[in-house]
Amino acid sequence: MNNIIVYLEIEEGIVADVSLELLTKARSLANRLKCKLEAVAAGHKLDGVGEQVFSYSVDTLYLADDARLSPYTSMPHTSVLVNLFKEEKPQIALMGATSIGRDLGPRVSSALFSGLTADCTSLEIGDHEDKKEGKTYKDLLYQIRPAFGGNIVATIINPDCRPQMATVREGVMKKEVFDPQYKGKTKQLDVAKYVSDTDFVVSVIERHIEKSKSNLKNAPIIVSGGYGLGSRDNFKLLEELATVLGGEVGASRAAVDSGFADHDQQIGQTGVTVRPKLYIACGISGQIQHIAGMQESAIIISINNDENAPINAIADYVITANVEDVVPKMIKYYKQNSK
Amino acid sequence: MSLNIVVLAKQVPDTRNVGKDAMKADGTVNRAALAAIYNPEDLNALEQALRLKDRFPGSIVTIVTMGPGRAAEIIRESLYRGADVGYLLTDRAFAGSDTLATSYALSCAIKNLPKVDVIICGRQAIDGDTAQVGPQVAEKLGLPQITYAEEILDVKDGKITVKRRLERGVEVVEGKLPMLVTVNSSAPSCRPRHAKLVMKYHHAKTITEKQEQHDDYMFMFDARPYLNITEWSVNDIKTDMNWLGLKGSPTKVKAIENVVFQAKESKRLVGSNSEIDELMKELIANHTIG
Repeated sequence: MNNIIVYLEIEEGIVADVSLELLTKARSLANRLKCKLEAVAAGHKLDGVGEQVFSYSVDTLYLADDARLSPYTSMPHTSVLVNLFKEEKPQIALMGATSIGRDLGPRVSSALFSGLTADCTSLEIGDHEDKKEGKTYKDLLYQIRPAFGGNIVATIINPDCRPQMATVREGVMKKEVFDPQYKGKTKQLDVAKYVSDTDFVVSVIERHIEKSKSNLKNAPIIVSGGYGLGSRDNFKLLEELATVLGGEVGASRAAVDSGFADHDQQIGQTGVTVRPKLYIACGISGQIQHIAGMQESAIIISINNDENAPINAIADYVITANVEDVVPKMIKYYKQNSK
Repeated sequence: MSLNIVVLAKQVPDTRNVGKDAMKADGTVNRAALAAIYNPEDLNALEQALRLKDRFPGSIVTIVTMGPGRAAEIIRESLYRGADVGYLLTDRAFAGSDTLATSYALSCAIKNLPKVDVIICGRQAIDGDTAQVGPQVAEKLGLPQITYAEEILDVKDGKITVKRRLERGVEVVEGKLPMLVTVNSSAPSCRPRHAKLVMKYHHAKTITEKQEQHDDYMFMFDARPYLNITEWSVNDIKTDMNWLGLKGSPTKVKAIENVVFQAKESKRLVGSNSEIDELMKELIANHTIG
């Protein structure tokens, strides 16, 4: 009762990074609230889940194991969570802001009439005073998220409804093992009691899920392109520089929306959050929503022929020139001078 | 076979083109400075609906939108592109609704319509980016959902087949109608306005709009009933006021801050050979690269 529950996303038996990141965050929230950290997984052949998550200090792991629960479909997984939450009454429930979490979360919150905040960039615990009602709320979950295309940051609370639900994107929180020796207990859920046969109304006929091609989150060097590059072809130049330097290629939302780069390359509030030691922004103007996802990079180089591009304000080096001119020079120098 | 298709569409401030005057000095959003547009993914949704109508002649595409009076523009825009009829849900009682209260209101409106086969909406709106309203409407109506749709592949024998575009791949799923589908921006763009339809619906108005402007065309509305855009308030749909507006919204906004980034003192270069060489040399020397 009154614990924190994290929904674990599983693909082929492997717990998704975003779920482990959430467990890491949830542990610190649980310590602050002096409650337990719990996790729930629904799927099939979940025997290996425990060893993947207990070191993140999961006290109780609920497993709903049934062949029909894998791959993910909305209604059966919703039923598992809704019924588990009715029994366990968690005060907080977290899930990844992925195509699964963003499909599942709203449905669960609607069924329970509990508030849900999508795509939080920060989660904190704090109090709230409702002056109008003359009420004080202790230890609420502050769900902090960008809104309005990233131009504002809002702190959202759910004073009266439980669980307080939030989704968080992959890469926003840090993943950190709490204690390799940590031992929690596993509880198998009787799936037939949680899920009704009528929940299985959508079936997956075909499925092609690739391992993420881009490894932006962990890349020490990122060469990133924006709308200013003008075409997918021009991104090849960035790929060349990234390959030479041993980095990865990222992109702004505008570049992805224009089809110059792939979705999993998007950096920013609606993409991946990155903290490389070197970030080379090529033809990126620097909308707030992009900057929010890369501002913690150690060194930022902006190459842009607009000397007033907003990104220049947070760059360590501002090169006012054409990307097509500068990048080849970088490649050339590096090839000649590195061992 | 013909289908009853409902498209949920939203008028949103154009947050993608935010100018310098978009934020007020106090850090709040200056909505007046942002153009009101058709939520982009709702246009992708409309296109999927119109394609179903093309494939199954006799199908009806109904637009439902919730918002202030000016959101009637969304309905006209949809009519110009091929939708058949539109409902504007507008009432002060809806003000302050979070996604759950919005979903409740929309679900009540849909229950007020003839039996629906498919509900299609954009995955998310660009003012909130929450992607919650679609699934929540489905849940409120007790319907299954297929989110992140890129293409409705087929509707046959009471089943719908949909291709979904996920972060790292695609999925083809099949489900029984009635179904709610949310559509991604990776889906085909919406067809443009049709000149004939623009001519036809140019004067389409809600009752409020008619009351506001008494022009010479008033005689038309009786002769051409399709020009009347239905306006629904809470009294026109069966609702429980406890589930609407602020009262029906479990989430509250505690604080809003303007986003300000810490500016750095940057080194300015023009990109000459020697400058770039010098910069690369420095980065190698301090082990940033190499």
